[in-house]
Amino acid sequence: MATRTVEIASAVGLHARPAAIFVQAVTATGLPVTIAREADEPVDARSILGVMALGAKHGETVTLSAEGADAEQKLDDLVELLSRDLDNE
Amino acid sequence: MRAKGRMMAKSNMRHGVGVSPGAAVGPVVQVRRAVVAPVDEAAPADVAAAKESVAATLESVARTLEDKASSASPEAQGILVATAMMARDPGLVAGVNKHLDAGLGPATAVSRAVEEFCTVLEAAGGYMAERVTDLRDVKDRAVARLLGSQDPGVPDLVEPCVLVAYDLAPSETVTLERAQVLALVTEAGGRTSHTAILAAQMGIPAVVQVAGVTELAPGMRVAVDGSTGTVLVEPTDEATAALTDRTAARADLLADSRGAGTTSDGRHVALLANIGTVKDAQEAASLDVEGVGLFRTEMLFLDRDDPPTLAEQTEAYTTVLEAFTTRDATRRVVVRTLDAGADKPLAFADLGTEENPALGRRGLRLGIERTDLLDTQLQALAAAAEATGADLRVMAPMVATRAEASWFAARARAAGLGTVGVMVEVPSAAVRSAQVLSAVDFASIGTNDLSQYTMAADRMLGELSELLDPWQPAVLDLVKATCDGGAATDTSIGVCGESAADPLLALVLVGLGVSSLSMSPSRVSAVRVALSLHSFVQCRVVAEAALGADSAEDARAAALAAADARVAALL
Repeated sequence: MATRTVEIASAVGLHARPAAIFVQAVTATGLPVTIAREADEPVDARSILGVMALGAKHGETVTLSAEGADAEQKLDDLVELLSRDLDNE
Repeated sequence: MRAKGRMMAKSNMRHGVGVSPGAAVGPVVQVRRAVVAPVDEAAPADVAAAKESVAATLESVARTLEDKASSASPEAQGILVATAMMARDPGLVAGVNKHLDAGLGPATAVSRAVEEFCTVLEAAGGYMAERVTDLRDVKDRAVARLLGSQDPGVPDLVEPCVLVAYDLAPSETVTLERAQVLALVTEAGGRTSHTAILAAQMGIPAVVQVAGVTELAPGMRVAVDGSTGTVLVEPTDEATAALTDRTAARADLLADSRGAGTTSDGRHVALLANIGTVKDAQEAASLDVEGVGLFRTEMLFLDRDDPPTLAEQTEAYTTVLEAFTTRDATRRVVVRTLDAGADKPLAFADLGTEENPALGRRGLRLGIERTDLLDTQLQALAAAAEATGADLRVMAPMVATRAEASWFAARARAAGLGTVGVMVEVPSAAVRSAQVLSAVDFASIGTNDLSQYTMAADRMLGELSELLDPWQPAVLDLVKATCDGGAATDTSIGVCGESAADPLLALVLVGLGVSSLSMSPSRVSAVRVALSLHSFVQCRVVAEAALGADSAEDARAAALAAADARVAALL
């Protein structure tokens, strides 16, 4: 199991547009990635509703986990994505 | 005389409240209301097949949303793509399947699963809660399709039609093609409802509160008279001809109407346009108006999740100001700072849920709380004024006290804006106008909100139309109080509510001392003609007649009796 922690860079948190971009990227990995906020239960990162319901705000830390082929590399890519301000792209 | 919203069962004539004048004849297109899952929906005989059918339906909804996204504005595109993803969401599908396994019918299972997610998103608040509307759109489409109905909302319009709805929401009308809509008719709604404002903007007739109108068959011909508030179903050729004749007579009277607004004895009354978007500005600039009396800046940012940047705002305002600033003539542009809240929530300016949003932190109160938003807007306006050399005047909405007026004026002047004013829409500002106005250069009365707050009647409630009648003598008294304060402090007073667009009421306002009238540009010519038929003294006589009445109906009748008889044809 590969895991990464990352701080949400998007200025208004993981709301609709940034969440959509993130979920699309997760789905493209083909892996069952999960995302968790602090001590909360992890949710399916392929679910935009799950990710939005997480309510992760700007500056908060989330944990990504995945298992499978190239999980380490794919999580690094997702970390890079969340480290950008997706609202202004 | 205005008829009540009731249906005459045996006649082909329906009565409502006319909210935008003019007449039109055309086929009915119904805006479809959302269908709901029947309470006794049967459990599927084959659960596995039901799961497949629901999944296929959600997929088809996702495709429809993606199709819409491909032709939408970039802002709307992001939202539509995200909404399509919600329709495909594995979590949603799992939720639906759980309910199907538990023995619920397909449409019920979809509704339940969606509402569960809505509850979670609403709990998350702010931006997430805003998306609940989108998620419910997915539900409404999926449920309609599962029940064999068509998607709710405005269907694709293929020919000019009379659009009929229970009520129209801004989200349903943003994509309306003006050329395809001859008239608007709604069962609910009121004088200041979205339908009324939209119709005035589009310059098309509209009638609201027409009982039973949503039951008319699509394609049926109707004649709509927005002046009298009547709708004729399957009109005879004779009736159609009579309507056409009246429209022609009105057109005759308006034919020679041009130039600046003046009374017959030469008193100038500036006739200005209400605008909300850059497109409105460009359209209004090409028309015979003396400038803009109300630029509703929040309309630029309604579908935004994040605050517009300084650069973006500067660009938008510059485009608007350029349209009214040419080498030959500089026309004034009165800009109202963000008036978010109540019926116009902005996602990026959300201060959380309030019990009474109309009485809450809206207008300038929001600006005081979020000085970052206000200051950015003022800076952008100052930069746009500097770049264009325009006659820019800025005013704050929902000002209640002198302290607020002074606070705003200081802030606007610090940003480099020269001419600063306030809206008078809270009764306290009208009652104490001499004090409030001493802090600013001008004021504009927003009669829609002033009526709502004076009469304590929610302007969104069609049932309260009677109380919200702009002819209510108490509201006219407050207009007079404001004008008296304006005279005492040498401050010019304008009106930018829909009152200004009524040719007869415009005479009253001018008689009370109002020196500019701002309205939907389509209404300017009728008001200009009415003014030209009266001297200022005659306007005062008309105003006194209205003030002497003790009901809205009597005030209007008294004004009509005191005015030149030709005005009747303009109404």
